[in-house]
Amino acid sequence: MDLTSKTIAGLSEMLQKRELTSKEAAGLYLERIAALDPSINSYITVTTESALADAEKADKRLASGTDITPLTGVPISVKDIFCTEGLKTTCASRMLEGFIPPYDSTVIKKLKDAGAVILGKTNMDEFAMGSSTENSAFGSTLNPWAEDRVPGGSSGGSAASVAADLCAASIGTDTGGSIRQPASCCGVVGLKPTYGRVSRYGMIAFASSLDQAGPLTKDVKDAAIMLGLMAGRDNCDSTSIDASVPDYAGSLQDNIKGLRIGIPNEYFIEGMDKETEGLVREGIKTLKDAGAVIVDISLPHTEYAVSVYYLVATAEASSNLARYDGVKYGQRVDIGSGLIDMYKATRDAGFGAEVKRRIMLGTYALSSGYYDAYYKKATDVRALIKNDFDEAFKTCDVIATPTAPAPAFKIGERTSDPLTMYLSDIFTISCNLAGLPGISLPCGLTEAGLPTGLQIIGKFLGEQDVLNTAYAYEQARGPITQKPKL
Amino acid sequence: MKYEAVIGLEIHSQLLTNTKIFCGCSTRFGAAPNSQVCPVCLGLPGALPVLNGKAVEFAVEMGLAVECTINRESVFARKNYFYPDLPKGYQISQYDKPLAEHGTLQIETDDGRRNIGVTRIHMEEDAGKLIHGEGAEDGGHSFVDLNRACTPLIEIVSEPDMRTPEEAVAYLKGMRDIILYLGISDGNMEEGSFRCDANISIRPVGQTTLGTKAELKNMNSFKFIKDGLAYEIERQIDLIEGGGHVVQETRLFDSARGITLAMRGKEEAHDYRYFPEPDLKPLVITEELIERARKSLPELPVAKKERFIKEYEIPTYDAGVLISSRVLAEYYEAVVKATAEAKLSSNWVMGEVLRALKEDNREIGECPVSAHNLAELILMVKKGIISNTIAKEVFAEMYKTGGKAHEIVSKKGLSQISDESALVAVIDEVLSKNADSVERYKAGEQKLLGFFVGQVMKGTKGQANPGLVNKLLKERLKG
Repeated sequence: MDLTSKTIAGLSEMLQKRELTSKEAAGLYLERIAALDPSINSYITVTTESALADAEKADKRLASGTDITPLTGVPISVKDIFCTEGLKTTCASRMLEGFIPPYDSTVIKKLKDAGAVILGKTNMDEFAMGSSTENSAFGSTLNPWAEDRVPGGSSGGSAASVAADLCAASIGTDTGGSIRQPASCCGVVGLKPTYGRVSRYGMIAFASSLDQAGPLTKDVKDAAIMLGLMAGRDNCDSTSIDASVPDYAGSLQDNIKGLRIGIPNEYFIEGMDKETEGLVREGIKTLKDAGAVIVDISLPHTEYAVSVYYLVATAEASSNLARYDGVKYGQRVDIGSGLIDMYKATRDAGFGAEVKRRIMLGTYALSSGYYDAYYKKATDVRALIKNDFDEAFKTCDVIATPTAPAPAFKIGERTSDPLTMYLSDIFTISCNLAGLPGISLPCGLTEAGLPTGLQIIGKFLGEQDVLNTAYAYEQARGPITQKPKL
Repeated sequence: MKYEAVIGLEIHSQLLTNTKIFCGCSTRFGAAPNSQVCPVCLGLPGALPVLNGKAVEFAVEMGLAVECTINRESVFARKNYFYPDLPKGYQISQYDKPLAEHGTLQIETDDGRRNIGVTRIHMEEDAGKLIHGEGAEDGGHSFVDLNRACTPLIEIVSEPDMRTPEEAVAYLKGMRDIILYLGISDGNMEEGSFRCDANISIRPVGQTTLGTKAELKNMNSFKFIKDGLAYEIERQIDLIEGGGHVVQETRLFDSARGITLAMRGKEEAHDYRYFPEPDLKPLVITEELIERARKSLPELPVAKKERFIKEYEIPTYDAGVLISSRVLAEYYEAVVKATAEAKLSSNWVMGEVLRALKEDNREIGECPVSAHNLAELILMVKKGIISNTIAKEVFAEMYKTGGKAHEIVSKKGLSQISDESALVAVIDEVLSKNADSVERYKAGEQKLLGFFVGQVMKGTKGQANPGLVNKLLKERLKG
């Protein structure tokens, strides 16, 4: 087995036994990136120099035998949305081309402290706005399973880099499905924690009340390991939750006998891909066979989720992206005369079409005279959606659904129709609106050889239940033998 | 027709916290540009605000001081607009759920006492500063200094309850006094840590509906506020009397010309697109915090003035001057406590002390004469040890050296009567009582001088300055 396809746990074992050095491991990934990534384009920036320096430090730590975490010396990639001190951070936007943050985001700091080796910054939809990674200012990422298809988005680069073994694991962000949907498209595990479980400090904001960082990994145990190292209260993020972090990986177990799994009928809709539905239902049967109790539930306000999301998220984004004005950092286009011209030219040149579209939508939703009809109404319905889950969790412990209504679509297929594109997130958005944890697990390939995803949604701070259910499924399903042909 | 003005004020006051409202940067004034900044106050991508608890305490104290209801839950909101001094493109403020509401402030003018309603007090962050370049190299460029960005502010919004510029100034002074009493801000109008905008309209006396208002900005002293409002009232009356009408707009006060000028109209007004700040949770104020703040409130200016008038029986004017700062009031009270002379103490504090400080451009807190030492001096006058005139000399010396009254008096021999006018009176009395000896002296019996000196010393209980007595006697006996 190729070393680059190993899990974090597998690599860590070798590193700790000194069968492999971190520097060697980093070298293997960097070689593979150099060979394969020019076509996949999962990385915006490969940070070879600092990666090797990180690896050397990790090797010293491993040699000393003290203060070792399961991530010490393990090469990972990180979405280019996390501020990394001294390393270019673009958010896949021309606006931030060349921007080098003077500080590390809390998540990056935690991963560095754990001894992770950062190979580079992965591609994404500009400012995390999109479901295909086609909205990157630095070119689309290809799906490793089918090069004419998208990897999903917005964390498409992260998902592709994990699927193509261009890193051991990655971290992404999920505002409306941006970890889970690409994980589903690329056949990897993607976990969005409870809102506030992981600090948002230093993570470039798209929609502040929805954004949440999480891991994209090769298996469930790795997701548990990563979450354990990323999670926790951060005094720099007022919305981070003050709750102790359980030993997710250590507590992982596959006994789900009697666990009540809710199946919402609203998530098996008219017009969804039949093959996907079949594979997801098979996945649910696997869970039932493992001892879970299947319960029919209803999440009646699901049909409003996409509308609510595109009001709340765009409203927040219109404000969050106001700071990119050409005054302090990033791009400035100085044409015309005076301040207003500079603002206009800078923002016109710096932002892509989808970002502009969402800024306009959000600005409109917050405008005087429209606020009550749009933003306010959306936040009211958001409360109803959250309440749906509270009601549902009275009769079940976790909820199982498809992650996306269809497998990865073709590059260019949906770019001309934003609404169809927005529907890619139809099954993932509610989770963000309710602030709940959700995971996407590979649940088989379609006839065409495209991965599909099974989503498990948990209660508030119910990550352990989600991980255990996912782990039980993974054990029952057995190892995935197929790999993308690269 | 007779018109009345309707005036409402919006005050912005910086809070004297050591660090900024949403980050740990220093709030010190006057540091090198952009030296007190971090990812948060620079608005760097990914940075998040964390609320400063001290700023909340200060704001709650202000709310309580003007009898506001403190909302147990208030909400921060984003006020969105583009400007280079606003690094995030929005200001974190409070909008529909402010920290405090429904307060009142009593003011006093020549027209008497009135209560002015306080609509709300909310917390927000300040913006940075723009410095517009000059000269060959910098002309045409603007520079951004973000040291001030993210400094805590409270905004105090009044009801449109004021009718004259004098009332507006009285309200502002009252608010500033309270802020200074609480010690939550330095109230410096020139440096902009205490700023005021006014909404003003006019209407015929007796009309209850409001006229169209103008918003006045850029008045950074009490005088400018008074002048700006007075000008604006005239302008609006002239407009209406001339058959025109007031347009809703923002106007700037031009202090050099003493007039107001249109800045932007209603159509150009910003749509700030307020919405709840998702990066901060609703601000919850506990009963404990309110109780703690309530207990820490000092006696406030209005109450203190009342008490001074009643307890010390000093004139209203004196009380008004003495309570103008908390430190001054405390100084005065310490003096009274030691002397039991309320009016005499008031005369001294308002006279010698304030005059010397003013000449020196010092604050009462920096006065070299402590309240204790001033009390001693006043007591020496009261006991007749020194005259009032001498006491003023002694005070000047105390102010210069920081010394104690009795030390200066004894060192300089001032306890002896060195006051010519006092001595001349005694001398004249001695001479007139001893007319025959005077005749003898004038006839040549020069040794009688000793007799006269003795008599004067006896008459002054030995406190006359003998040298001076000799000199004065010789002068008197010459004629």
